Amino acid sequence: MTVTEQRPSGEVGRDRRRKEDARLITGRTSWTDNLSLPGMLHLAILRSPMAHARITGIDVTAARGAPGVVDVFTGPDIADLQGAMPCIWPVTEDTVLPVYPPLALDEVRHAGEPVAVVAARDRASALDALELIEVGYEPLPVVLDMEAALADGAPLVHEAAGTNRCYTWILDSAQAGTGGDVARAEAEAEVVVRRRFIQQRLIPAFMEPRSTVVDPTGDQITMWSSTQVPHVLRILLSLGTGMPEHKIRVIAPDVGGGFGGKLEVTPEEFIAFAAARRLHKPVKFTESRSEAMLSAHHGRDQVQDITVTARRDGTVTGMSAKLLANMGGYLGIIAPGIPILGAFMYGGIYKFPAYRFECTGVFTTTTKTDAYRGAGRPEATFALERIMDELAAELDMDPLELRRRNWIDSSEFPFTTAAGLTYDSGDYAAATARATELFGYDALRQEQAARRASGDPVQLGIGVSTYTEMCGLAPSRVLGQLRYAAGGWESAAVRVLPTGKVEVVTGTSPHGQGHETAWSQIVADQLGVGFDDVEVLHGDTRTSHKGLDTYGSRSLAVGGIALVNACQRVVEKALPVAAHLLEADPADLEFAEGAFRVKGAPGAATKTMADCAFAVFQSHDLPDGVESTLDADATYDPENFSYPHGTHLCAVEVDTETGMVKVRSYVAVDDVGRVINPLIVEGQVHGGVAQGIAQALFEEARYDEDGNLTTGTFVEYTIPSSADLPDIVTDRTETPAPGHPLGAKGVGEAGTIASTPAVVNAVVDALRPMGVTDVRMPCTPERVWSTIVAARAAGGEGR
Amino acid sequence: MTRISMTVDGVRYDDDVEPRTLLVQHLRDRLGKVGTVVGCDTSNCGSCTVLLSGTSVKSCSVLAVQADGADVTTIEGLAGADGELHPVQTAFHEQHGLQCGFCTPGMIMASVDLLTENPDPTDEEIREGLEGNLCRCTGYQNIVRAVHAAAESMRTSVPSTPEGAEAAEGVTT
Ligand code: FES
Ligand code: FES
Repeated sequence: MTVTEQRPSGEVGRDRRRKEDARLITGRTSWTDNLSLPGMLHLAILRSPMAHARITGIDVTAARGAPGVVDVFTGPDIADLQGAMPCIWPVTEDTVLPVYPPLALDEVRHAGEPVAVVAARDRASALDALELIEVGYEPLPVVLDMEAALADGAPLVHEAAGTNRCYTWILDSAQAGTGGDVARAEAEAEVVVRRRFIQQRLIPAFMEPRSTVVDPTGDQITMWSSTQVPHVLRILLSLGTGMPEHKIRVIAPDVGGGFGGKLEVTPEEFIAFAAARRLHKPVKFTESRSEAMLSAHHGRDQVQDITVTARRDGTVTGMSAKLLANMGGYLGIIAPGIPILGAFMYGGIYKFPAYRFECTGVFTTTTKTDAYRGAGRPEATFALERIMDELAAELDMDPLELRRRNWIDSSEFPFTTAAGLTYDSGDYAAATARATELFGYDALRQEQAARRASGDPVQLGIGVSTYTEMCGLAPSRVLGQLRYAAGGWESAAVRVLPTGKVEVVTGTSPHGQGHETAWSQIVADQLGVGFDDVEVLHGDTRTSHKGLDTYGSRSLAVGGIALVNACQRVVEKALPVAAHLLEADPADLEFAEGAFRVKGAPGAATKTMADCAFAVFQSHDLPDGVESTLDADATYDPENFSYPHGTHLCAVEVDTETGMVKVRSYVAVDDVGRVINPLIVEGQVHGGVAQGIAQALFEEARYDEDGNLTTGTFVEYTIPSSADLPDIVTDRTETPAPGHPLGAKGVGEAGTIASTPAVVNAVVDALRPMGVTDVRMPCTPERVWSTIVAARAAGGEGR
Repeated sequence: MTRISMTVDGVRYDDDVEPRTLLVQHLRDRLGKVGTVVGCDTSNCGSCTVLLSGTSVKSCSVLAVQADGADVTTIEGLAGADGELHPVQTAFHEQHGLQCGFCTPGMIMASVDLLTENPDPTDEEIREGLEGNLCRCTGYQNIVRAVHAAAESMRTSVPSTPEGAEAAEGVTT
């Protein structure tokens, strides 16, 4: 038999409207907080107002007596039950892994840390009773700045660790044998450019606050949670609390956004789990937005010292990145690994012969950090694309020309970088050509020159970002080498029902990405069934017992292959059935255009998957040895990452009198390989670019000197509204991923990775004649204005 | 406790509520109208938007007792009795104006109100009109597109003018 490449119904590549929408636009969605169980108690959490303190005593007497209150407990009360929060990515042998109790035992290490819990008959009573709890705190010194934290004699976040250094991780191409020596490159360099970039702390700010409901029944327990990672959560609940895995069921119902912010196993989940076991009753905890801003993990927060070396003709000769990465007061599940996900990307699409990366993770008395959209790769891409612009300025070269001289040519793939990655495919010239055409690059440069010449108070800046990313996380073998505790495979199961309808169970766990739609398109083509005949099930460990969930632009790039493989197994299983029904030899059949037929006999009788399914259901006269099922599952472990790439161009107008930045136009040309659903891909790019622009221009999580978060609401954090963001122009080039049966590369993070440097490069470009060589993010009017003032004072040309 | 009576999505409810109960809590916790959601505690996000006697309000910034006697429409009551979607709902679906969908109930209700006030808004009027409704997923571009599409289909659904008939062809389905 041959399975032809043909896609009978041609679903893949179509702009299908999403299946998910029907419930979302009518208010029939299953958010975790909608759930109410008989006898369910509501939890409220008292959080530390101090960034660092010893707890000297907690008096819960008054709270216990409050109306509606059923129980009040503290960390020591549930010490045996609560377990400890896990970190599953100690990146070095000596990574410091501090004890992380879900509910504080005797010390708090960031403002917002859970200190006591009330369980009451309703939420209002639980919240009221919090105010009756008395906690004694003995203040300890706060540690906010990373360099200060590493200085000798600095106060310690974790006394027992004896240091605030969590780890130092190094990748050196000379030592690894993947490239030259950066010190030598620097000694021989004709040009050296150094910059320090600050990746400000961000808040993922998913729109649905996190919520969890726990229902203990006998010795089993079910947890609903607003999470990206129900499978990971189940395993870690088991390992962290000692409750056997097979007794735990985790359900992620509809989840309202994540962006890495729900790629976490949280103290709140562990506390609710413990409360349900303590009280033998269902419990619910839903955080307020203020709690989410304060204590759900933050992202970024790195200091990057970057050195690039080059020859005068623009050829780059070395790249070195030295990072400090803020871990916060405790370690999130994969926090140490976040900068390491960027470690391989500081060379981007350019042929750096020598490369060195070093990152030190640092504890401070702040909210823990962990994954946020892009996770390590936006930081890397930002630093690289920013310093390429600085190098271009140093060489007095057009930034696009500098990139052209250094990028990997499409004929050079597969290409192994000095960081040791093998890029499989790409066409950077094609994406750039398309982007510059849509953008009107030359015309904008002319306008810029005219505005400069006329001394226009509103200056035009043009920013370039030619990025690639490694996504499709991840080859298990590589994760093992990086000391990550889990694998990177994904699974899928396909079941053809007796009436020919198809149920798909995926191990991915969508929260806005539209897997129900895209997976249906893939299956429709693979099995020759209708788009509406496929139902995609996800996010419940009882139906989907095996999976590694959704993050790192992995769902299609990895889970999509598992799905295709499972479909192909179903076709193989159906083959003898079809042959039997057609009274033909299986070897003579082909499966094409959705049906089995005798090869080379157009117009001959055919049998569809539905015919085979019903015959299998009846099983009246199946040939010997044919099983009564058309179900199959598959697990796929990628051999390599996938490498989407693209060129983003941004034009900004900067009012030099007010510091106001306005994005005038934005073009994103992305190559994400073969596209299953262009509508969904465009939506991912829109949202990704919006979040990248938000980092460039608007958002920053700030602490005061006592370690209190001062950006605890959407307004203070300045999350952009519809009035703040521009329309963007999107387009695609397409170099299919070799080795991927669908040719897909992943798109979830691309927009965020590419856009931040494009915007900041544009802002700096607008101001460069004034002597400005960097503007710290976010480029708010105040910051831009004060940068201009400082540059003028330092003797920039002025306008 | 105060006795209040309101009509929600066409059904009348009489309840005793505590004076401090917010309208959104009343809708969700008492009446089971969980289609309306809560995204913040500072009246910033607009997720909780409903129509209160025809005008959009953030239901987290109104007390239940203030809605005594009012006619409330939530996302659950927007479609016709036969399940026929409101043009704004259809447009959000057609234009991919939602991803996770958490902001969507509020965004749709705010858009309905915006189009009642201004049946033919410009891009800028839409962006400014929806400023109080935050979305973290879409970057707003397809939401703006959806509101335009809804405006067009609502104008053309009164099939009187020749321009109306012409415009109807432009609506993607
Ligand atoms: S819940 Fe955020 S404005 Fe009402
Ligand atoms: S669609 Fe997710 S917040 Fe708007």
